[in-house]
Amino acid sequence: MQLEAIEGRVDRVPRGRLPVSRERSTPRRDGLAEAAVTGSRGKETIVAATETAGTTRRDFLYIATGAMGAVGAAALVWPFVSQLQPDASVLAMSTTEVDLTSIAEGQMVTVKWRGKPVFVWNRTEKDIAEAKETQLSALLDPIARNANLAADAPATDENRAGEGHEKWLVVIGICTHLGCVPIGHSGEYDGWFCPCHGSEYDTAGRVRRGPAPTNLDIPPYQFVSDTKISIG
Amino acid sequence: MSGHSTFEPKHPALKWFESRLPLVGLIHSSFVAYPTPRNLNYWWTFGGILSLMLVCQIVSGVVLAMHYTPHITLAFDSVEHIMRDVSYGWLIRYIHANGASMFFIAVYIHMFRGLYYGSYKAPREVLWILGCIIYLLMMATAFMGYVLPWGQMSFWGATVITNLFSAFPVVGPTIVEWLWGGFSVDNATLNRFFSLHYLLPFMIAGVVVLHVWALHVVGQNNPTGVEPKSPKDTVPFTPYATIKDGFGMVCFLIFFAWFLFYIPNYLGHADNYIPANPLVTPAHIVPEWYYLPFYAMLRAVPDKLGGVLTMFGAIIVLFFVPWLDTSKVRSGVYRPLFKQFFWIWVVVCIGLGWLGSKPAEGGYVIAGRILTIYYFAHFLIILPLLGLFEKPKAVPASITEAVLGKNKGAAPASAGVSAPQTKG
Repeated sequence: MQLEAIEGRVDRVPRGRLPVSRERSTPRRDGLAEAAVTGSRGKETIVAATETAGTTRRDFLYIATGAMGAVGAAALVWPFVSQLQPDASVLAMSTTEVDLTSIAEGQMVTVKWRGKPVFVWNRTEKDIAEAKETQLSALLDPIARNANLAADAPATDENRAGEGHEKWLVVIGICTHLGCVPIGHSGEYDGWFCPCHGSEYDTAGRVRRGPAPTNLDIPPYQFVSDTKISIG
Repeated sequence: MSGHSTFEPKHPALKWFESRLPLVGLIHSSFVAYPTPRNLNYWWTFGGILSLMLVCQIVSGVVLAMHYTPHITLAFDSVEHIMRDVSYGWLIRYIHANGASMFFIAVYIHMFRGLYYGSYKAPREVLWILGCIIYLLMMATAFMGYVLPWGQMSFWGATVITNLFSAFPVVGPTIVEWLWGGFSVDNATLNRFFSLHYLLPFMIAGVVVLHVWALHVVGQNNPTGVEPKSPKDTVPFTPYATIKDGFGMVCFLIFFAWFLFYIPNYLGHADNYIPANPLVTPAHIVPEWYYLPFYAMLRAVPDKLGGVLTMFGAIIVLFFVPWLDTSKVRSGVYRPLFKQFFWIWVVVCIGLGWLGSKPAEGGYVIAGRILTIYYFAHFLIILPLLGLFEKPKAVPASITEAVLGKNKGAAPASAGVSAPQTKG
């Protein structure tokens, strides 16, 4: 039954429209070409070709159809995966501007950038001096973690504070341990203390006591003027 | 008909699993070895197409629910947010909105096929009734889904449809208030419709499982209406039905894609791109196309309660078709009179649909009344009487005979199949 059906199908291909011509100088040795070439000579030989050849026209059609189906399915799946990414309305809110004039010396304010808290701290002379005195060797994490600098910049106070504006410290207010928001002006190092698991940060936002593994991250930002920064 | 699974796992791990939960064997016996009548035509591919559409609606709907907000102040904007901001949101929303229409196109073809070939007749009554329940659930789901964008048509469609229940004496007004969760269609209504719109598709999926189960107990009907009598009358589900269903699905998806990419708003209403306003009703308020025949019936009856009962009755009557059709012959192919009345009825349904889209005035109302009466007469008068008076044509002894008889009478199977083809 099965063979007869195949015979019937191949047989009905119009002679003149076979894809491979007889003039081909070096016929391919796979069964597909063979079946097609012999097919152009007459229907008697087709049966033999489809029965004996390793690869038949039907195999080719089967794989070609399957491949097209797979490509189509992948193309259909992509929009359903793609829709998970942050949408245009979220990306549109990816910068936040902060006016610094209203922040008094010693005051720390929290602003929201991409849904996260960002601490903007107008540090006192004492805070800055404390941060500068700290040796790099005393730090748990000697890397600056400053998105505006090279990835391996050392965690000096210069690399942590605002460029040319050393009294300003801008850090993402998320403990690098498990994401809690640390409490400002507290802890043994006068910076932040995280209420969740006791991590402590100094006046440059550098981690001084675990379990947090790294310093508070510094977001990409720049001074638009001496009194205004743009985060993101 | 369903037969025992011939599935015998080879791999030791699969053997271990199969002896504890014969899941693969169940799939094998239901969708691989399952015998299907050898003469099924393309009208029989719509069951598979409907399953595909249900999956399509659930998948696209779950994604839309991730971005949609069911609150009267935010719903409309969140739909626009999906269209403009969400990555491929426009595509997924159009898939869902047009998918609903495609779902109904497929279900109507599926139902017409069942009515033509007598697929509701014994022993398939339960199968048919389960199908009618799925249809009802689909209508409820589609209605609530249409409310969610909270446009003018959403709001006024919800108002009109929920007000149908106010027609019932004594309890009517209370029922409507309870449906609304207030004194008008409002935030409470939107919230509960969203919740139910998410729930109902899974109930549909549950009834679909019962529908398929019932199908596999009694076996598929076929164009002759003659039950398979020997193994020669059937072919295994795989590859025969799977390939044929697959091809049907691909063709249907091309049709779907044409709507999706070229005329995505053709079946919708422009008014639904205006945010809902409880103080102004649009000039022409029309339901989605798949409700139009019933809408025409509602408006054909001059009495409020009568109209509502007529509309619901048009669906309820479908549940009783297995007993209203008194003919001993199952398939319409061998029923010369039934065949004609069937097509008249199809035209009447389409005519009612057309009238439903027209304003309720003058000749439209009169035509609507005539067609409504005919719709019911078909089920309540014509079907019962046809069985008594119609003289059916000779029914073939078997499916095989019916298939091969077209070419060479009752010739032996192998010669009959291959001979015409080898002549090219």
